[in-house]
Amino acid sequence: MSKRRFSFPYLIWMSIFIVVPLLLIIFYAFTDNSTGKIVFTLEHIKAIFEPLYLKVIGRSLFMSLIATVVCFILGYPAAMILANKDFAKKSTMLILIVLPMWMNFLLRTYSWLSLLENEGLINRFLVSIGIGQVQLMYNNFAVVLGMVYNFLPFMILPIYSVLVKIDKNVIEAAKDLGANNAKVFGRVIFPLSMPGVISGITMTFMPALSTFVISRLLSGGKITLIGNIIEQQFTITGDWGLGSALSLLLMVLIFVSMIFINKYGDESVGAGGLL
Amino acid sequence: MKKVLVILISAVIILSFAGCNDDKEVLNVYNWGEYIDMNVIDMFEEETGIKVNYNTFTTNEDMYVKLSKGRVSYDVVFPSDYMIQRMVEEDMLLKINMENIPNFAKVDDVHKNLPYDPNNEYSVPYLWGTVGILYNTKMVTDTVDSWDILWNEEYSQKIFMQDSQRDSMMVALIKLGYSQNTTDQAQIDEAMNLLIEQKPLVLGYLVDEVKDKMVQGEGALAVVWSGEAVDAINMNEDLAYVIPKEGSNRWVDGMVIPKSAKNVSAAEKFINFMLRDDIMLMNAVETGYSITSQSAIDLLDEEWKNNLAAFPTDEMLSKCSVFEYNAAATVMYNKAWTEVTAH
Amino acid sequence: MKKLLQRVYLFMILLFLYAPIIVLIVYSFNESKSRAVWQGFSLTWYQQLFSDSKILNALETTLLIALVASIIATFLGTFAALGIIKMKKKTFETVRTITYIPVLNPDIVTGVSLMMLFAFIGIELGFVSMLLAHITFCTPYVIISVLPKLYQTDISVYEAAQDLGATPFYALRKTIIPQLMPGIVTGFLLSFTLSVDDFVISYFTTGGHVENLSMIVFSMARKGVNPKINAVSTLLFITVMALLLIVNKRELSSKKRVSKNKETLLNIEK
Repeated sequence: MSKRRFSFPYLIWMSIFIVVPLLLIIFYAFTDNSTGKIVFTLEHIKAIFEPLYLKVIGRSLFMSLIATVVCFILGYPAAMILANKDFAKKSTMLILIVLPMWMNFLLRTYSWLSLLENEGLINRFLVSIGIGQVQLMYNNFAVVLGMVYNFLPFMILPIYSVLVKIDKNVIEAAKDLGANNAKVFGRVIFPLSMPGVISGITMTFMPALSTFVISRLLSGGKITLIGNIIEQQFTITGDWGLGSALSLLLMVLIFVSMIFINKYGDESVGAGGLL
Repeated sequence: MKKVLVILISAVIILSFAGCNDDKEVLNVYNWGEYIDMNVIDMFEEETGIKVNYNTFTTNEDMYVKLSKGRVSYDVVFPSDYMIQRMVEEDMLLKINMENIPNFAKVDDVHKNLPYDPNNEYSVPYLWGTVGILYNTKMVTDTVDSWDILWNEEYSQKIFMQDSQRDSMMVALIKLGYSQNTTDQAQIDEAMNLLIEQKPLVLGYLVDEVKDKMVQGEGALAVVWSGEAVDAINMNEDLAYVIPKEGSNRWVDGMVIPKSAKNVSAAEKFINFMLRDDIMLMNAVETGYSITSQSAIDLLDEEWKNNLAAFPTDEMLSKCSVFEYNAAATVMYNKAWTEVTAH
Repeated sequence: MKKLLQRVYLFMILLFLYAPIIVLIVYSFNESKSRAVWQGFSLTWYQQLFSDSKILNALETTLLIALVASIIATFLGTFAALGIIKMKKKTFETVRTITYIPVLNPDIVTGVSLMMLFAFIGIELGFVSMLLAHITFCTPYVIISVLPKLYQTDISVYEAAQDLGATPFYALRKTIIPQLMPGIVTGFLLSFTLSVDDFVISYFTTGGHVENLSMIVFSMARKGVNPKINAVSTLLFITVMALLLIVNKRELSSKKRVSKNKETLLNIEK
């Protein structure tokens, strides 16, 4: 049964729709078409290193890092608590955590503005208890909040799915051998949960780094991230060269982050880890 | 099993193309968002039997990129003045046969033969207005008559600017005493730095949402287009609009027919239709923007006719000029604006 | 005490996740357009929703694209998995890497590169280009879902079927595919979900005539979201919530049934 043939439709599809676009990005990043002739150029790549763009790149890295850390701090305990619940409650809880993702993410993110506005619900509450108005919208806080809000489930779920599979016997054994709760966590549970943690970090950091919607919706045009600059090149300025160069940079950044993250884990960021 | 699979797949593919076949004549229109009374579209379809596909864009640049690189085809598009000039220079528009647009005669002369289309060969004005400062009289204690107030620290984080390259640069350039159409790199840089200086005071760079925000009292001052001001003031009486004494921008959005249009005769019918008094009235009421024909303006209520924000005096208008397009300058403006927003 | 703390913590997390959704739903019933001031309960936006052709068209587009793309991706991906598993190591790894690209790539890069592809080939941006884009980013997820199941499949059943006289294709259909079903279904659902919620890729690969729900929300976000969108989202949300709860209930009760049956059987044996 030569089933290899079955994959041919997909292989063709893959070449056209995955490989070629990637080649096009590389092509546009390294060529200049403005004079009508196609000329090899490093101008676009050099442009990335201008202080303006470096600032944007730095800002994106910084904010996604913070968002990832916050997601981890909030998400790990949640995953642990969830993993320890009995079965019936577990699946209901899981559904409750997954359900928000079914609501359009633009709308969910945008709805935060109602809560964050100066006359919004949160500020009205703060005023009523005497703290006074705090600037919560159209600033760094709002954007990081947006990132954490959108990606928290992606941190909780992978960690949960790994924690739940940990053999209770191993934990029992450690306790039998005299380890206290802290040691059990530090020496047994946490290391065993690593694949999930890695999945979680990957699925939070990467989209956070490349987002343009969150900064667009929540920063009032004041915070520009890599994604925004790329989007501008393709929708406003028409500078495909710069846009492609930045896209390439983004891909490289993500690729490097993944290698870095994986140094601390195994091959689980694949079929098993993602699902 | 194989047969079932094949039938299923073909059915699915056919279904997905089902919506694309229509025997009716079709007109594809591309306009700004919320810039028309949709009933007008229904009326047009009823009177002519032509089906209208109506789509919207949020900025001229969005529209331009979609049209020039995206391989989409529209029959009537509503770009702004400088964009029309650009599209003419880049050979993207068809000359309009004015004989098929008899209603063009109704358009007031003050809106004809403007620098961006000197002989009105490519465009027909649709709506127009000015750019000015919308402010909350309860929240602003100083007199508002100059662009300077937008740099006043007293109103820090209560100021809204336009998320629009040209409009924001215009404010800075005019404040510095330069032309809003300057092609001088040094002047552009100066304007850019002025805007960067202002950034800490700015609550947000918004487009249409600014209207709601001002009505709700989130901000004290905002740079807006006159039509938005008219609407906002209607919803919140504490608001007022002024064209700063240093001068400002005056804009016209026009109707054009791109070269890629598939149905030119329907396009001309549509443009002519839009210039009818009753249609102009409907659009004015729905959008709050200013129409171009005195005969239609006369149909508005007294308060509106005399509203200086909607219909400024000739003296006020004389301080305002239209945007022009210059390819080299555009690159400079792009760069400057990116610096401001990414700062 | 520990239990209480844990419960409170989970509750806070859920509150955080649901806060904007609650706001959204509540304001879909707000009399006025304002997002900050409550002016009375009203179903007006729900009524207006059904006569807003733009939103209804977008909803139709969203669901149609999701359905068609998921179906095609499922077929494409399942057969791809069947073929991939037979590949030699080197080819396998290359194909796997390429398959992972749409998954790992930021969607802005996927969207932008596909837009350039369509311009390059000369395909006009519209429904078809959006569909092709959705199929492209959905198929890898199907493959990722099906492959692990394929590894776990028992080939002997397939061979036995053939020994009993079945044609290879019949044997495939009756012995292998059923074993793969959980993976296929997961892949399909994953594709559908991703497609329905997609914004970025659709944004770059569609023509002005064709918009999905996310795109309408995005363009509305710049001028103040019309509560009709709140209404349509609330309806979608309630539908999905109901579906998920029903499916969950059935799973729970079927598990109960299975264990009850086991009990009964054990009792009979006694």
